[in-house]
Amino acid sequence: MADFLWRALLAGLGVALVAGPLGSFVVWRRMSYFGDTLAHSALLGIALGVALDANLNFAVIISCTLLACLLVALQQHKIISTDTLLGILAHSSLSLGLIAISLLEVRIDLLSYLFGDLLTVNGQELLWIYIGVVIILSLLLACWRPLLAITVNEDMAQAEGYPVLWVRLLLMLLIAIVIAVAMKIVGVLLITALMVIPAATARRLTNSPESMAVLSSLVGACAVVIGLFSSLQWDTPTGPSIVVGATALFLLVYALPLKGRQEIK
Amino acid sequence: MNTTDPILRLENLCVAIGNKTIIDEINLTLDRGEIVSLIGPNGAGKTTLVRAILGLIKPSSGHIKKRAELRIGYMPQRLHLEKTIPLTVQRFLKMTKNSCQDEITAVLKKVGAGHTAKRPMQGVSGGELQRILLARALLRKPHLLVLDEPAQGVDINGQAELYRLISTLRDELNCAILMVSHDLHLVMSSTDRVICMNHHICCSGHPEDVSNDPAYQELFGAEAAEGLALYSHHHNHSHDPEGNVIHSKETCSHG
Repeated sequence: MADFLWRALLAGLGVALVAGPLGSFVVWRRMSYFGDTLAHSALLGIALGVALDANLNFAVIISCTLLACLLVALQQHKIISTDTLLGILAHSSLSLGLIAISLLEVRIDLLSYLFGDLLTVNGQELLWIYIGVVIILSLLLACWRPLLAITVNEDMAQAEGYPVLWVRLLLMLLIAIVIAVAMKIVGVLLITALMVIPAATARRLTNSPESMAVLSSLVGACAVVIGLFSSLQWDTPTGPSIVVGATALFLLVYALPLKGRQEIK
Repeated sequence: MNTTDPILRLENLCVAIGNKTIIDEINLTLDRGEIVSLIGPNGAGKTTLVRAILGLIKPSSGHIKKRAELRIGYMPQRLHLEKTIPLTVQRFLKMTKNSCQDEITAVLKKVGAGHTAKRPMQGVSGGELQRILLARALLRKPHLLVLDEPAQGVDINGQAELYRLISTLRDELNCAILMVSHDLHLVMSSTDRVICMNHHICCSGHPEDVSNDPAYQELFGAEAAEGLALYSHHHNHSHDPEGNVIHSKETCSHG
């Protein structure tokens, strides 16, 4: 197998690994639109990164992080509901990004921005991805109980002494960073899919939050493998192939009759 | 701090949301081992007061003084849980800090929901959910138990049983209990002090004293005598200009 394929496979598996548990939170908290919002804000990051001649991955991480902080700050006011806030932030940051691109006369390969290019991941990027994977997974493990407590009920968590605001900020930042990194792999349009679809697939097969998080990672990993090899086989674009792979797994799991399991109606 | 000191003291507490005053100059003390019931019509600010005590909303003025290291067990009015989160009752209760399996089993049994332990949270009935929420509040080994409409969704027999359970909890845990309720009749029999509020405190006192008071009859009408949970709250208040404590049995002028 060629080197670039190994790198692509390892990069995809790394993203799937963290997208599993974080995607579960996205599903539990009904935040799937959050991914799109962050992805849109990334365009602004890319434009500014190119203009300032900075590391693009870094610029995207910064812009996603800032957007997550802004969202948490605005949520505190509870004047506008979260989905409306996300709608405002998503489209205004996208527009700002597009304006920045035209004003700064930056040339951006929009297609690779939209769909990503797993096959061009280099060794250094791979290293970055795995550093991120280790940091994110250890933070998730360390803060699992508070993260889960605020997801189930913020009021009860607050009354029990969990630092709700900080835990929520942590979760938003973790998701923001994963999305910023994953953008390179599957592209803007498909990041949310890679977080949400494996988690939704795992939901049907599990009865505890922990098992759902772990199984989501596995489903995501399978989707990466399926997508990568089918893209080689049929010369299809890699990112979309991975998402189609995830969707196929989702449909398969929901089509299977479940034996001996009590379903929630 | 001395153990005879009140565990909670509210001083001239006001909460405004936007321009609307929800909680108006409330003074209240809670002693250890005391059961206090908060009653009032919909929109009277009962839940807002509870949320302020829990630190979920900031008061716009006044003070909330809690005894140092006060552990509060909170049972919310309702719990909305996404279907997408796989969570058994047991796992839900494990979310409380420092809870172990044996305690969880024992507490679930105590509240009469032992049979639900392995069921998904989304698969229990409304009444069972109330018991489970109570169990979670108890796992905190609280000094103060705050119950927001604990009997909501529980059938009539279950309600009486639940309030009896709450009374025994006070003796077992030696904690104070603050509960919000519409269930006047049931609350009366299992409470030391009743506080009737409609943004401010209208009247308060021992349940027998209050129920024998003509002002109480006026407040709660004939339905209360029949033990119905409903009552209408149709009097106008003229405010004490200093917002002073309104003493036992004393009511505001009703129009």
